[in-house]
Amino acid sequence: MTIEELRKIAEAEREAQKKYQHHVCVCIAAGCLSSGGDLVRDAIQKEVVESGMKSEVLVKGVGCMGLCSAGPLVSVESDGKMYAGVTPEEAPDIVGSLDTGAGGPAECPTNVPFFERQKKIVLENSGKIDPERIEDYIAHDGYRALVGVIGEMSPRQVVDEVIKSGLRGRGGAGYPTGLKWSTVAKTGEQEKYVVCNADEGDPGAFMDRAVLESDPHRVLEGMAIAAYAVGAQKGYIYVRAEYPLAVSHLKTAIRQATRLGLLGNDICGSRFSFHIDIRLGAGAFVCGEETALIASIEGKRGTPRPRPPYPAESGLWDCPTLINNVETFANVAPIIRNGAAWFASIGTEKSKGTKVFALAGRVTNTGLIEVPMGITLREVVQEIGGGIPDGKRCKAVQTGGPSGGCIPERHMDLPVDYESLKGVGSMMGSGGMIVMDETSCMVDVAKYFMEFCMSESCGKCVPCRAGTQQMHSILQKITNGEASPADLALLEELCDLVRNTSLCGLGQGAPTPVLTTLANFRDEYDSHIEGRGCPAGVCQGANRNGKEAAQ
Amino acid sequence: MSAKAPVRVKTLTIDGREVGAREDQTILEVATENGIFIPTLCDLPGLSTVGACRLCLVEVKGARGLLPACVTRVAEGMEVAVNSERLDRYRRGILELLFAERNHVCSVCVVNGHCDLQSLALRLGMTHVHFPYQYPRLPVDASHERFVVDHNRCILCARCVRVCDEIEGAHTWDIMSRGVDCRVITDLAQPWGKSESCTGCGKCVQVCPTGALSEKGKSVAEMSKRRQFLPYLTLMREGRR
Amino acid sequence: MSDKVGQALPPAKPEPEKVRMATVWLDGCSGCHMSLLDTDERLIELAQRVTVVWGPLVDPKEFPKDVDVTLVEGAISSEEDLHRIKMVRARTKLLISLGDCAVTGNVPAMRNQFGPDAVLRRAYLENTALDPQIPREIVPPLLSAVRPVHEVVPVDVFIPGCPPSADLIFSVLSELVEGKAVNPAAKFG
Repeated sequence: MTIEELRKIAEAEREAQKKYQHHVCVCIAAGCLSSGGDLVRDAIQKEVVESGMKSEVLVKGVGCMGLCSAGPLVSVESDGKMYAGVTPEEAPDIVGSLDTGAGGPAECPTNVPFFERQKKIVLENSGKIDPERIEDYIAHDGYRALVGVIGEMSPRQVVDEVIKSGLRGRGGAGYPTGLKWSTVAKTGEQEKYVVCNADEGDPGAFMDRAVLESDPHRVLEGMAIAAYAVGAQKGYIYVRAEYPLAVSHLKTAIRQATRLGLLGNDICGSRFSFHIDIRLGAGAFVCGEETALIASIEGKRGTPRPRPPYPAESGLWDCPTLINNVETFANVAPIIRNGAAWFASIGTEKSKGTKVFALAGRVTNTGLIEVPMGITLREVVQEIGGGIPDGKRCKAVQTGGPSGGCIPERHMDLPVDYESLKGVGSMMGSGGMIVMDETSCMVDVAKYFMEFCMSESCGKCVPCRAGTQQMHSILQKITNGEASPADLALLEELCDLVRNTSLCGLGQGAPTPVLTTLANFRDEYDSHIEGRGCPAGVCQGANRNGKEAAQ
Repeated sequence: MSAKAPVRVKTLTIDGREVGAREDQTILEVATENGIFIPTLCDLPGLSTVGACRLCLVEVKGARGLLPACVTRVAEGMEVAVNSERLDRYRRGILELLFAERNHVCSVCVVNGHCDLQSLALRLGMTHVHFPYQYPRLPVDASHERFVVDHNRCILCARCVRVCDEIEGAHTWDIMSRGVDCRVITDLAQPWGKSESCTGCGKCVQVCPTGALSEKGKSVAEMSKRRQFLPYLTLMREGRR
Repeated sequence: MSDKVGQALPPAKPEPEKVRMATVWLDGCSGCHMSLLDTDERLIELAQRVTVVWGPLVDPKEFPKDVDVTLVEGAISSEEDLHRIKMVRARTKLLISLGDCAVTGNVPAMRNQFGPDAVLRRAYLENTALDPQIPREIVPPLLSAVRPVHEVVPVDVFIPGCPPSADLIFSVLSELVEGKAVNPAAKFG
């Protein structure tokens, strides 16, 4: 494959698509699929055939368009219209409106902040291309970066470009990606691995799933560029088995890319070879921790081990291993294509580019969003999210999943970047963002995350295994209205112990939801303990015991 | 391990004391050599290290957090503190978590008086457990003709798993499930007596720090563990730490 | 008993200076009390400084109101234990958990794995040949779980051991009467 051949494929595909007057894109990613996106696509296709418009209308199954709560979503590229909550029965209306421009079902406006305030890099193709056709990806500049890199750049230049871009790990901790790459590259000539961490496990988070389902080739391209840069020959994508559609799209993508010589031996006629295999995770949250993930790929029990040595030095089968998250890899091709300076111009001084969030909770628009770093939480919640429904007030925003924290309303003007979120006790995390209003009890929220950590603890180290159990039972006691101030003191002691002595990030981060809610909503804890009940009215036990105490 | 490789040495301080070490040694090894006590339950010389019990955490100047002495290699000029009010507090906390997690009833235990967990509690001055006891209901498997596994007394240090895999080469033992539901198992959670891979060597019983694994026919306080075989066996396996 | 021994000796110090001590026997085997008695002749020494105002072998029927030190043997197993320990705590300046049952729950707490009903069934139905029935009046109701003393009321000093040795008990008591802060180091079991 040369750059010329690639261009030919792209042109042929664009020509083929241009023949169609109308492009009707139906989301068949997991969110819309669950509300019948595939049936809608089939109904529209059938309608197109029946009304004799087969040569005018191209019906595409595409990936995520973001507004998942309003699915199934259908977008018509030619007239820029989007339809939400489409049923198969509405297919004739949609097809009928194509030429006339009127009479379609309920339209979903696209000139609203939810769409206009977003900035799409990772999701640029999402909802536009058919994830099961490599030609569609190539027609959207796909694999241009990889072929260009192999033909024109030295591995060192690629690493430098990534360093200059300022890209940081999107898995949560925000480690500089370029630095990680250069470390693995420096380990000299030996067997090395590139691993893509797609074991997305935070409750309510589905950023990686959307990327893999909607644009799998983007991740493969990123991995291949990384392999070229660090000198690896073999790659693994560790993806959870609960994502069957993502797995299926990945498998298709790997097969297609290999067929075109974009993966496999002697890529683009060079001496660079790179093979990618998929490994399925069995649903253990802890396998998202890099050393546990490596153990799992090796066929061992997925438990973390102490670092150092870091995987960059000694990872998979004791070889230097580059592990990055799906979203990190998804940023690589655009960086190479558009240049590090372009990427570095987006975002803040220390946090470059964009971040994908799964916006959920008490907010009008829930779904998948991609925003430039540095946007404020208020903009995300009020503008993109459309504010809090039912005239309620925002109380807090939870970021960072079970290791993250609750950011109170008074910090809503905080820019979304790694340092700012860390500064208020939370973290960027992989991209879960849960909005809470006054009907959410913060103790209950803390208990929910503690229960998650307790049941997902791998059980290897004592503080995480036994400490999360103790903390959870104290939180249970508080929400039942049976706790005393001594219990609260014990809870704080356990937070300190578990945070500072646990082996991996899961245990070290487990107390964070408690610590941030204690720091910002201590009065809610006190209310449960002092018999004044649950202020949000969530904890029935505390309310009951509170009333008894009052009588 | 080739004889030609030069041995490099490092100098560091442990609790203010200057000590010398080979570069491939851990803080725990060097401390032990110099008679400096660092508590641990999962570490056992001759087996691989796992850093799981978290009792050997030490403070290293300049490090981001506490480091497990059993897996942390020495470095030139390293300043290590193994005793501090904070470490004492954490170690007692971890020990108490272990006692509260399962049913460690020393008075009726077969290794009473010869137990690593019990003696560590004494050494660290643990007079009581201030976390609520959990009292889980756990089984005892006495199906093996010579040995018993009592899950009530298991601290999940995985010494049995490691000795069986690394020294005996049978890999009969492993750990199943997650979090507090974790349990050591033989084969695929078969009764020990039905295990086809178990050679009956009993190494697991001897390395077990508590009364979780014991020999049949021993009553309260009658069993003590014999671990002398480990250094000899490991000595013969060059390359194993 | 110790009172009697004390009276046999010439009164060295005036009575009011003596430490008012009580011992309580909850759910335990009385082994810790035996161990206390095993201090043998040193009891005479103790009696110079201590007066036992309440205990299994002392006559008064009601627990006195102003006790300096109470040694508690046994875990909290029944509603009676719970009632008594709360009363004892309220009337005691320094509460000592004596022995593993008080400190850890020990053997009595082993029933927590299967609950009180199974215990009653085994004791009063399965192992009784004549007129098997679970008593409702004489036996105080069992708590759903046995707890160590400090999970129910605050405890000041812990003496682990099953039983704690006579030497340990003696050293703790003698340090106490000398007004020293005590923190005994002893093994469980």
